[in-house]
Amino acid sequence: MNIEALLLSIRLALCVSAILFVVGMPLAYWLAYSRWRGKFLLEAIVALPLVLPPTVLGFYMLMAMGPRGPLGKLWESMFGRGLAFTFTGLVIASVLYSLPFAVQPLVASFETVDRKLLDASAVLGAGRLRTFRRVILPLSVPGILTALVLSFAHTLGEFGVVLMVGGNLAGVTRTVSIDIYDRVQSLEYGDASRTALLLLIISFVVLSVVYGVNRRAGRRVWSAWPAN
Amino acid sequence: MVSMAGELNSAYLTAHVRREHRSRGAETFLLDVVLEVPPGITILFGPSGAGKSTLLDCIAGLLQPALGRICTGEIVLFDSGQEVNLPPQQRGVAYVFQTLALFPHLSVEENVSYGLADLPEAARNARTAEILQMFRVDKLARQKPGEISGGERQRVALARSLVTLPRVLLLDEPLTGLDAELKASIVDDLRAWNSAHKIPILYVTHSRDEVDALGERVIALDHGRVVSEGTPREVLDAPRRKRLAQSAGFENVLNGTVLDLREADGVMRVRLADDGCEIEVPLGHATPGDRVHIAVRAGDILLATERPEGLSARNVLEGTIESLERRGTLVVSRVDCGVAFTVHVTPGAERTLELAAGKKVWLVLKTHSCHFVED
Repeated sequence: MNIEALLLSIRLALCVSAILFVVGMPLAYWLAYSRWRGKFLLEAIVALPLVLPPTVLGFYMLMAMGPRGPLGKLWESMFGRGLAFTFTGLVIASVLYSLPFAVQPLVASFETVDRKLLDASAVLGAGRLRTFRRVILPLSVPGILTALVLSFAHTLGEFGVVLMVGGNLAGVTRTVSIDIYDRVQSLEYGDASRTALLLLIISFVVLSVVYGVNRRAGRRVWSAWPAN
Repeated sequence: MVSMAGELNSAYLTAHVRREHRSRGAETFLLDVVLEVPPGITILFGPSGAGKSTLLDCIAGLLQPALGRICTGEIVLFDSGQEVNLPPQQRGVAYVFQTLALFPHLSVEENVSYGLADLPEAARNARTAEILQMFRVDKLARQKPGEISGGERQRVALARSLVTLPRVLLLDEPLTGLDAELKASIVDDLRAWNSAHKIPILYVTHSRDEVDALGERVIALDHGRVVSEGTPREVLDAPRRKRLAQSAGFENVLNGTVLDLREADGVMRVRLADDGCEIEVPLGHATPGDRVHIAVRAGDILLATERPEGLSARNVLEGTIESLERRGTLVVSRVDCGVAFTVHVTPGAERTLELAAGKKVWLVLKTHSCHFVED
């Protein structure tokens, strides 16, 4: 079993979840509350990774991050090194790949917050930021948790995008799913099956925690609503 | 918003609001209202969909009128001409919604102190404690809104709005679903608070009982317009519009044609339906041949089992009972006199008169119980 690959995957997933938490929150807020007519376009873009084959997304990311791609060139001019086949490049690609898994649960839970509560908050003198912090956020805890865990689990299991953007460099871009693929290719079924089982168990435990917490939090939040 | 209510006492709320009103039904109409609300409770009365909530939303700054001007005393909250439009946060207008909109995740105490974020903690706690006590919910400070009763939630919502010392209070049917006694005790506490603060309170309701019970100045709104203004009796007893008449508890709103005017007697004769009976009603602005509506309360009609003689009432109509239905301590009787009337009688009368479907009866309507209604 390749512990190095597993740790790399976990590190990647943690970075991606953290970034998505920061980026996804304002994006989801805007998607939930904006009245702009063209909003559906952005919604479609955010959802693209759900339907696009990971290799397609990976291909475009590779083109963008390569030495002649716009992102790659920009990065090179700023930091003096390339993006393709690096851990940072992998993080950027994964953030895009997992974006809908963070944004959609957030939008859904923001949208279920009763608009009258937001009106009440405004009338009581609270600006948007305070309304968000004191009303929307606490009432969206289950959605936020779901967003975090889904982006973590989804990144942990990604394969196609990593292969395209990261390649297969031990300790840098060889994630656990790539490692399993490698083992199978070289007929090391025993090793592959142990790693696969471990990934299965981790994914199952993580999802159980989400659903469990969601249920309990859900009950607590909802029971606190006035009956009428 | 923490305002300086002390120096702004006795400021009127004046509002001129014009805005397209879209109700959930298909009907779209123009809300066009001019209001002046003195300190104290003013009731805004009208049927559902009359534009009451839209008007409140405009005053609170949650909706923007297309045209108009809204002021509290000297302070301009909105003026389409001068392009003034203060956000809700800066208006000093408190608003209790029909759903109350208490924050479900915050305790009663946290809900009430929510609007005092700008105050230092000690002052915030003191103000919160004081108003919780005033509205008799201090014992519930640590409970969540989901854990207290409906009446208590309504008290908390009032306390939360008033603790900010607003310049104006808007109440959108805040006491629906409470029994009369509980309602009265909450209104008493509200009056007690306002006897010290003297701010204009605009109290929206579509319930005639509430208008009667509160007994303050009434503004009646229908279809986006102010249709009458005055004391509850004046507004409720002389509805000028048909929809308002129905919501004001006139069970009978009948179509008729004016036959002739007898100005010396102060009455006119109206034929109900096309071939129905004739009745005498107080003189109104009409000419013979006009189609009019006549509103009569079911409780204002007498029912007799023999033709009554020697009465001052001018309208005696012969008819047949179609149905009788017991509703609590009331018997609702439908009587066909060529046109259908709804008549309220007591269960005792039902027994002694041996009323039953098919029985022949006479209805007696005092002239002044028949109200002339505009379309």
